[in-house]
Amino acid sequence: MTVILQTQKLRVEYRNRDFRQANKVALLGLDLEVRAGEVFGFLGPNGAGKTTTMNVLLGFIPPTSGSASLFGIDVRQPIARQRIGYLPELTYYYKFLTAEELLRFYAKIFGLSRSETDRRIADLLKLVELEHASKRPIKSYSKGMQQRVGIAQSLINNPDLLILDEPTSGLDPLGRMKVREIIQRLKDEGKTVFFSSHELGEVEAICDHVAIVHQGELKAMGTVAEISAGHPNLEQAFLKVVGYQNAAAS
Amino acid sequence: MNKIFALAGVVIKELYRRKDFYVLFILTALLTFAAGSANFFHDAKIVRYLKDICLLLIWVSALLVAILTAARQIPAEREARTIFPLLAKPVSRAQLIVGKFLGCWLATGLALFVFYLFFAVITGSREQIWPVGVYLEAAWMQWVMLAIVIGMVLLGSIYFAAPSSTTTIAFIVVVGILFVGSHLNTIALQQGEPVQSILAFLYFTIPHLEWYDLRDFVVYDMGMAPVGAVALATLYAAAWTGIFLLLTWLGFRRKNLTT
Repeated sequence: MTVILQTQKLRVEYRNRDFRQANKVALLGLDLEVRAGEVFGFLGPNGAGKTTTMNVLLGFIPPTSGSASLFGIDVRQPIARQRIGYLPELTYYYKFLTAEELLRFYAKIFGLSRSETDRRIADLLKLVELEHASKRPIKSYSKGMQQRVGIAQSLINNPDLLILDEPTSGLDPLGRMKVREIIQRLKDEGKTVFFSSHELGEVEAICDHVAIVHQGELKAMGTVAEISAGHPNLEQAFLKVVGYQNAAAS
Repeated sequence: MNKIFALAGVVIKELYRRKDFYVLFILTALLTFAAGSANFFHDAKIVRYLKDICLLLIWVSALLVAILTAARQIPAEREARTIFPLLAKPVSRAQLIVGKFLGCWLATGLALFVFYLFFAVITGSREQIWPVGVYLEAAWMQWVMLAIVIGMVLLGSIYFAAPSSTTTIAFIVVVGILFVGSHLNTIALQQGEPVQSILAFLYFTIPHLEWYDLRDFVVYDMGMAPVGAVALATLYAAAWTGIFLLLTWLGFRRKNLTT
């Protein structure tokens, strides 16, 4: 299967403003490979380097060394992001726009035709159940509605790879259900999903493959069955991998 | 180009959905009406005084619109974190800067159009003459000058995180250039070294925004400025704007957006 997302010896250091202190190393030579059609869970405790990895993949920060690519294209090239959708953990959208205007704006960025844009906006607003509020400014939406706008924008270009940063944290039950439905639907369509999460039960249910990072290093990568082997569930396996002693003893 | 126009469209929508422009326009209109209703010393040429006041208000208001709009673009995107979903799309940082510049410039142009239309109606109703060419030329020169200002403010906004800092510094620099810019060489001659060399250097390196002020042509009915001079001034503004946008891109292209 084609490799869709790849990092090789990816290292990221954050420069310390106090020159007397050493730079903070967020990633220490991370090697990741996500293949077409996989639903890939990216796990790790807080501060493990998950968000940094995503920031590099999305071009927000440059790697200190090593490389990262999407569809074989270096992530520093904007075109690498033509076939991806991204859903951030929290909603960050122009609140003075309506949901329809926001989706139209992103559709223009992707270069979609007017007819395709109209069709996709109608489909997505229906999917996230925001048709009734599509002409209202986003600032008037509830938090759950804003999250659903986020889901819609991440799908505007019918992406082949969806990158989700803790997609269900802070979502209402309807939002959580929608995210799971969308991941399942994309999986059925043969698309690739890469997401970080702390909800290990959810990861176990949805993912084919997982990677566990800790302190900037890859600690384990494989299918859910491979990682969980010898443990009651993925959560116990995760705790052992990240060195939580109680789990290791059990 | 579609991406740049899409980015510019959002900036323009933001301007007309915020209250800044409306407040400035209403203030300009109110002050002009108040000035126009006065009749000092039974001066029959009150229209000239009215024109002067109105054009000054238009200059200040347009500067405020340009500086306030440009100063908040990139810092607000970073603070509200809207820059992340945006840059997760196939948009380069250069396109983002050019789109923001174009949006600010077009939005300021729209504001200028409304201001000058108001000006033309007020003065036309008093004088019964409509020197459209003179007004268009004055508005064009002001708009072109604002392109330099917007480029300068965008550059500042990369380095000063708070829009208020960028706004204050930009306003001081612009007003300083407008008032002192053309006199720097004369002042330099009256100084000893090294101040003389510093002032002379400044005179030859700052963008001369004061060249774009055609208010006297309008107020004193001096007719249109030579087309060649306007064309040269336009090229000069394009060069300065290009320099500022290039410097903005150089500062922004490798910037870590997560800190």
